[in-house]
Amino acid sequence: MPKSYALIDCNNFYASCERAFRPELRKRPVVVLSNNDGCIIARSNEAKDLGVPMGKPYFKCRNMLERNGVAVFSSNYALYGDLSARVMRVLTRFCPEVEIYSIDEAFCDLTGVPGGAEAFGRRLRATVFRWTGIPVSVGIAPTKTLAKLANRFAKKQPRCRGVFDLSASPDPDRVLKWTEVGDVWGIGPRHARRLRKLGVNNALEFRGLKRDWVKKRMTIAGLHTLLELRGWPCFDFADGPVDKKTIVSSRSFGHPVTRLDHLLEAAAQYTTRAAEKLRRQNAVTSNILVFLQTNTFKLGEPQHSGTRSVPLPVATSHTPTLIRAACAAMESIFKDGYSYKKCGVMLSGLEPEHSRWLSLLALPPAHRPDHKPLMQAVDSCNSRWGRDTVSFAASGTRRSWKMKREMMSPRYTTVWDEILRVTVE
Amino acid sequence: MVILADFTCTPWAGEAGRLVATGASAMPLAGEAVAAGFPSPADEYLEKPLDLNAYVAPRPEATFFVRVSGDSMVGAGIHHDDILVVDRAQSPAPGNIVIALLDGEFTVKRLVRTKDGLALAPENAEFKTIQVTPETDFEVWGVVRHVVHRV
Repeated sequence: MPKSYALIDCNNFYASCERAFRPELRKRPVVVLSNNDGCIIARSNEAKDLGVPMGKPYFKCRNMLERNGVAVFSSNYALYGDLSARVMRVLTRFCPEVEIYSIDEAFCDLTGVPGGAEAFGRRLRATVFRWTGIPVSVGIAPTKTLAKLANRFAKKQPRCRGVFDLSASPDPDRVLKWTEVGDVWGIGPRHARRLRKLGVNNALEFRGLKRDWVKKRMTIAGLHTLLELRGWPCFDFADGPVDKKTIVSSRSFGHPVTRLDHLLEAAAQYTTRAAEKLRRQNAVTSNILVFLQTNTFKLGEPQHSGTRSVPLPVATSHTPTLIRAACAAMESIFKDGYSYKKCGVMLSGLEPEHSRWLSLLALPPAHRPDHKPLMQAVDSCNSRWGRDTVSFAASGTRRSWKMKREMMSPRYTTVWDEILRVTVE
Repeated sequence: MVILADFTCTPWAGEAGRLVATGASAMPLAGEAVAAGFPSPADEYLEKPLDLNAYVAPRPEATFFVRVSGDSMVGAGIHHDDILVVDRAQSPAPGNIVIALLDGEFTVKRLVRTKDGLALAPENAEFKTIQVTPETDFEVWGVVRHVVHRV
């Protein structure tokens, strides 16, 4: 039976999270700013329609946003991480296999689901929205690259009502023609520019290129993308082009793992790897998410899967900080008595280390070798006397702290004092 | 509707099957009475401690906590500052207490069927029932399953 992959992608995820507890914002444009209110990192559709650009520094468009009644939020990774974990848990509850790809995207294997993939996708979409308040789009196709493409189509074409199954489409070529070459998963801006110069403008034209030509100019990765567009799966679960906004490090275990100490080791190891990647990109992360799952294909065995996201008080690439957060999360989702098949970590809310805002009083990056002793001293203080006993000036010069609080939504799902309040009069 | 006491009760070693609230220091609960001493014969009978989270929130991904302000629902055991455990996975039915969205605002009321359709009824004689008309911007956000009330 041909495979049926679905890509589930949350629509304007951060903006949708802000709206989940503020229904009066459903019709209003919403934007979310990066740490310390630097730049715009997320926009609702209404904000996109206003022409609010992605990545623009907030101070440069503040007046324009006010004039247009845009709701502006500081990033609230406690909220986004928790809602992401909820979406992923709903998916793992209903799908046989799920691969968390980024904070707002997951691949699901829908091969042979009852009622057909499209109907199943619609049920899944309705359930995720009903249970978590987050709207998602579902793209279904025989390969992951095509599923990505189908998802974009589902999202941009209102008549799809959020779900599009490319394999059931009467004219799949038209969808490929509609997709610009730079929007194909795995074709970066550099290759896209080169291809356009050669007159290759959309996915259909790219699919028509010769294998050898693509392999020579775009290496094996480009060839895989080409074959995937032709419907030949090259990317299995847990591989494929990397996402630039998040870093995922996960693996299936060779043997079922039952012990917490082994899972903690694995979590620490994956975190170390992810932190290395992070530093290689000269980036820092604001959030770490940890997940684990049993083998859902082993019928009759008890099943458990867990996801837990930990927002970091200060964006960092400091491995010990990340490991501590990951291990605490792993301990909280681990349940005794199950055989685990897979675990992993995901870093999200990445931003470039050197364009971090608030550089005025910020300490130099934590991971530099000459600051290791300081980092170690800080960490041991915090681990002995509790989190944030010693913290960085970077987490609050007075001005930015006030600014940050002004636009930060409550942490509705993770802090008792900030849960939704409903007045009954 | 179950009214729960404070979550921070001390572990209670009751007979198996009885609700035991466990705090941070949750203790494994033996299924049968056992004698003290080592090696522990209790290992044979070790069961999982009762988990209050699993009891009030069997679907954690769809469960949200909401704090109440006001007293229009005191008749249902919902007091000012209580925490409601809201399940968004349960489909609402008449008779349920729901978190509803009424013209973009949250409210807590009992969903009732009237001869004119649906209505949102308070549980306090001082407040009026709100009839839901086709013109009302109305939506059920979630179904209230439990109340956490500090005594």
